[in-house]
Amino acid sequence: MNAVEVEGLEKRFGDTEALRGVDLTVEKATVLGLLGPNGAGKTTTVRILTTLLKADAGRATVDGIDVASDPRRVRARIGLTGQYAAVDERLTGFESLEHVGRLFHLSTREARARATELLERFDLTDAGGRVVKGYSGGMRRRLDIAMSLVSRPTVLFLDEPTTGLDPRSRLGMWDLIEELVAEGTTTLLTTQYLDEAERLADDIVVIDHGTVIAKGTADELKGQIGGDRLEVTVGRPDELARTAELLRDRCAVTGAEHVDVEARTVTIAASETHKIVPDVVRLLDDAGIEVLDVVVRRPTLDDVFLQLTGHAADGDADEGGDR
Amino acid sequence: MTTTARAAADELAPPPQREVPRGLVWVWRDSWTEALRHLRAVPRNPDLLIFATIQPIMFVLLFNYVFGGAIDVPGYDSYTQYLMPGVFAQTVLFGSAFTGIGVAEDMTKGIIDRLRSLPMYQPSVLVGRTLSDICRNIFTFVVMFIVGYIVGFRIGGSISAAIGATLLLLGFSYAFSWVQALIGLSVKSVEAANSAGFIWMFPLTFVSSAFVSTASMPQWLQTFADWNPFTKLTNAARALYTGSDPGADLWIAIAWAIGITVVFSFLAARKYSRTSR
Repeated sequence: MNAVEVEGLEKRFGDTEALRGVDLTVEKATVLGLLGPNGAGKTTTVRILTTLLKADAGRATVDGIDVASDPRRVRARIGLTGQYAAVDERLTGFESLEHVGRLFHLSTREARARATELLERFDLTDAGGRVVKGYSGGMRRRLDIAMSLVSRPTVLFLDEPTTGLDPRSRLGMWDLIEELVAEGTTTLLTTQYLDEAERLADDIVVIDHGTVIAKGTADELKGQIGGDRLEVTVGRPDELARTAELLRDRCAVTGAEHVDVEARTVTIAASETHKIVPDVVRLLDDAGIEVLDVVVRRPTLDDVFLQLTGHAADGDADEGGDR
Repeated sequence: MTTTARAAADELAPPPQREVPRGLVWVWRDSWTEALRHLRAVPRNPDLLIFATIQPIMFVLLFNYVFGGAIDVPGYDSYTQYLMPGVFAQTVLFGSAFTGIGVAEDMTKGIIDRLRSLPMYQPSVLVGRTLSDICRNIFTFVVMFIVGYIVGFRIGGSISAAIGATLLLLGFSYAFSWVQALIGLSVKSVEAANSAGFIWMFPLTFVSSAFVSTASMPQWLQTFADWNPFTKLTNAARALYTGSDPGADLWIAIAWAIGITVVFSFLAARKYSRTSR
C-alpha cells in the first residue's frame, strides 16, 4: 500500500477547472515533489488530500484511508504546512506547539514534552517563551513545520515550503526537510522550483492546468527534456535564425530551440556539453555572427514547461486555480 | 543538528496516538483547548482589557448621570434602580460582538487551515471562541456591578434571585455570541464583522424597556418594544434584582436564550463546516 494514492481527481471553482483528472502516488518513506507554476493546481491537490477541500470527482487515500469518507481519521495521520504560516501570533512558540498537541489528544504532560523537544530540534528553544508576533519569517516557517510534526505524522504535506523566504532561510529549510526525509517521513511537497524538487524529491510529478504532464525522477525528466541548456546571445536580431540553424546542427538534439527576439537569445538543449562553449564561439565567429554571450546552464522549470507544453511556466498564472 | 541522536530520541518517545476519540468529553476538551488559546492571549493585549473595563464604567456613568435627572419612570423612586439592569443587559449583549470579530479574525488567518487539518471536533473552534468570550463578559459584568453599586444601585430581593438575574444576562449574551459567530463567518473581513455585529444591536437594545418605559413610546414602536426579546430580558432581570415577581417574562427570556443558542449554534457550525477559503 502506498502512503498516498490519487486517482482521477477533479475540482472546479466556478468556471475554472482547477483539477482535470490528477493521478499520483507517493510510496512510503519517499518524497514526492509536485512541481508546477502558479495556478497549476498544486495547492488544490494538497487541500483535497489534507481534507480541507472536497473533490468533485476522483478518489484519494492517505495511509489507506479515504479522505472524503473518513476525514477525521486522515487528519490524525497527517501533518500540513501551508503556504502561509498557520500560527496564532498571540501565542508563544511553546504554547503553539502545546496547543496542537492537545488537539491531537495528547495528555498535557505529553504535549508539553513534545513541545520542548520540537523547539530544541528546530533551534527555537530560546524563542519558545516569546510571542510569535515577534518572530522572523524563517522562524515562523520553522515553527509552522514543527507544529505539523507534533503528532509524528505518517504523511507530511509541505505546500511551497520555501516560497517567500530569503536565500539563506531557503537553504536552511532545505537542510531541515532533508533531515526529516532521512528519518523516513513520507512527504509530499509542492514547489515552483525545479532545483528544489531535484534536491529534495525522489519522484517528481509535473502538473499544469490541472493535469499531470510528466512524472519520473529528476534525472528521467531532464533526460526527457534533453539535459542542459545552451543559451547564446547575439548582436543583431536578424542573425537569430541563422544562429538557431547552426546550433541545431552542432547540438543535434531532439528538442527544438527557443528564440527570444527581444533578448536576442537562442536557447537549445545540449546533452553533451564538453567543450561546447569554445566550439560554438568558433562556429558562430566563422559564420560572421557577432556573439555577445554564451552560457551553459542547468534546465529550469521554464525549460521543462517549454519542452513539455510549448508555453512558459509563468505564462498562464492568471488562472486563479491555485487556491 | 545531529540527526542520528535526534532520530534515536524520537524512537524512545511514546508511540503516536492515531485514532480519534469521540464523545462529549472530547468535545468539551477540544473546546476548552480552543478557549485557552484565546484566554492566554488576553493579558498580552492590554488594550482590549482596558477597553473591556472602561466601556462598562462609561455606560453606567453616562446613562446614570446624563439621563438620570431627566427621566422619570412610573413605579420607581430612583431611576438608577430602574436603569442599571438595562445597562447591565446592554453591555453584556454588546460584549457578544467580540465573538463575531474574533471568528472573522481567525477565518482570515492561516491558523484556520491548520485547525481544519487537525483531528479535533471541528465546531470546537466556535465553541472555544464563545466560551472565551463569556469569560470576558463575566469580567465586564463584575466591573459594571461594582460601579453600579458605587452610583447607588442596590439589590432589592434575595441574593439567589440576583445571581439568577446575572446568569440570565450572561446566558443571553452567550446566545447572542452564536448570532455573532454566524455573522463573523458570513462576512469577508474583520472590519465588516465589526460593523455588521454592532449595527442591529442599537435598535434592539434601545427600542426596549432597558432605559425608559415602553409606555412613553409611539404606539407602533411600543408594539415592537414590547415584543422585543431584549425587553423580556431586562424586565426579568430587573424584577429579580429589585425583588419583585418577574412573572412570565422570566420564562420567555429563558426560552429566547435557549432557542437562539440552539438555532444559531447549529447554523454557525454548519456554515463553518461548509466554508473553506
